[in-house]
Amino acid sequence: MHVEETELPGLGVRKDFMTASGRRIGVVVHRDGTTEFILSTWDDPDTCQASIPLTSQETTTLAQLLGGQLIVNQLTEEHRDVPGIVTRQFSILHESPFRDRPMGTASIRTRSGVSIVAIMREGEVIPSPGPDVVLHASDLLVAVGTLEGLDKAAEILRKG
Amino acid sequence: MDQLALTLIELGGVVFVLGLLARLAGRIGMSPIPFYLLGGLGFGAGGVIQLGGIRDFSHLSGEIGVILLLLMLGLEYTADELFTGLKKSWKAGVMDAVLNAIPGAAVALLLGWGPVGALVMAGVTYISSSGIAAKTLTDLGRLGNRETPTVLSVLVFEDLAMAVYLPILTATLAGVGFFGGLQAVAIALAVISVVLLVAMKHGHRVSAIVHSENAEVFLLTVLGAALLVAGIASALQVSAAVGAFMLGIAISGATAHNATRMLEPLRDLFAAIFFVAFGLSTDATTIPPVLGWALLLALVTTLTKMVTGWWAAGRAGIGKPGKVRAGAALVARGEFSIVIAGLAVTSGAVPAQLAALASSYVLIMAVLGPLIARYIETWAKPFIRPRKAAVANAGGAT
Repeated sequence: MHVEETELPGLGVRKDFMTASGRRIGVVVHRDGTTEFILSTWDDPDTCQASIPLTSQETTTLAQLLGGQLIVNQLTEEHRDVPGIVTRQFSILHESPFRDRPMGTASIRTRSGVSIVAIMREGEVIPSPGPDVVLHASDLLVAVGTLEGLDKAAEILRKG
Repeated sequence: MDQLALTLIELGGVVFVLGLLARLAGRIGMSPIPFYLLGGLGFGAGGVIQLGGIRDFSHLSGEIGVILLLLMLGLEYTADELFTGLKKSWKAGVMDAVLNAIPGAAVALLLGWGPVGALVMAGVTYISSSGIAAKTLTDLGRLGNRETPTVLSVLVFEDLAMAVYLPILTATLAGVGFFGGLQAVAIALAVISVVLLVAMKHGHRVSAIVHSENAEVFLLTVLGAALLVAGIASALQVSAAVGAFMLGIAISGATAHNATRMLEPLRDLFAAIFFVAFGLSTDATTIPPVLGWALLLALVTTLTKMVTGWWAAGRAGIGKPGKVRAGAALVARGEFSIVIAGLAVTSGAVPAQLAALASSYVLIMAVLGPLIARYIETWAKPFIRPRKAAVANAGGAT
């Protein structure tokens, strides 16, 4: 993937690349460190349809959302040869009964046979989390299991 | 009432009115420069209210304003950016200079202001306002657009060109003749080369001299250094403003960033007073006779900037909508046109009417520029088709 880096003299740097669907996507990093997310219009790659200023927290969250997908993609790739095994990500919602409680209290593996292989939190990855890891709102759980098991695990995390 | 009380009241009144004008400009999303100019015209000779007491103060403050404007312009760029900008965009830069200087010079000659007047007006119509352009691009969310680096590199070239032009102008206005002018150019070019080299190799050392963790110490050191360098440059006939610009380029990295933050309020204050001072020195009654010329210049130099932007963006492989936007982004003239006209008027080497023409021209262009940049796509839409429409439609069907 070729990421183009262009100096914007006096203002900052633009970093972007072209997607397969023909849209330019990337960021403008200003001198003062603020970041803008940019996306070109569908009919003209020169023009930006949106340039959205992001706070550092928003940048982290967006990176986390995309990073979670990255892990899922890698795991799916690895499990490709094992039929029936699926990788999926769950986010801990604010109203989840297991928010601010150790993951072990949900007994996901016992009840659904699903393994939580990683937790993404504020841009960091917690690999193979133990039962003592306390879940926070907006954590992303990367889970591996059967389709039925994953549905069950999702329900557990939502309703308890 | 004694003189001091009167001066304070006048100054306070002027600054307060400027505050109101800046607020109004912000409310309608416009550059405050035309408002400041109008304010100055209103207060000045032939205007609504006559102010005499603050003339001396506003003159000196205006000079400091120019120095701060150029210092902060230099702080914005690193020497590397200037160098690559120069390498990449010199052709577009030269075309920009030729196309946009000629109309100003021609009108000055037609009005019988001689070669000096032509040199001044050439600068006034040539130089775009990088401040207004950068703000417009940011406000319109166009920083991520592909034509934006092209626009910015043309602006960088213009700013560097100022560093050569201003010493020539200063020398010419001082009436040093042809060889004196050549000497000024030689000194200016030598100084610019040395400063760029020093800034590229030893920029961190210059930064280290002025740098301090203490805000107060830092402010005083940077400001003191800027005024000193400007003064020395002025004594060498290289123009005070260019000295400050060079110092700004030499300061780099985090120090430059801090200095920008620290000096911004000071720049805003002194630059505002500078625009008012220019307005004050312009007799408002001399504007109507030159208004037609100002409008003609506005029309012609809008087109020449559009051509420049179109051509420069075309070289960078940009599509038609981007080319049009690039041209429109360059249209605004502002602070530096006034700096040039201000230098000329203060020297007394040009007719007073030049101040009237320059201020009415900048008034028009500072308002027109951002408006054209904003609406050009809508106006141009019937005439240009997006470059990829066919491909995108095919993609949309899947």
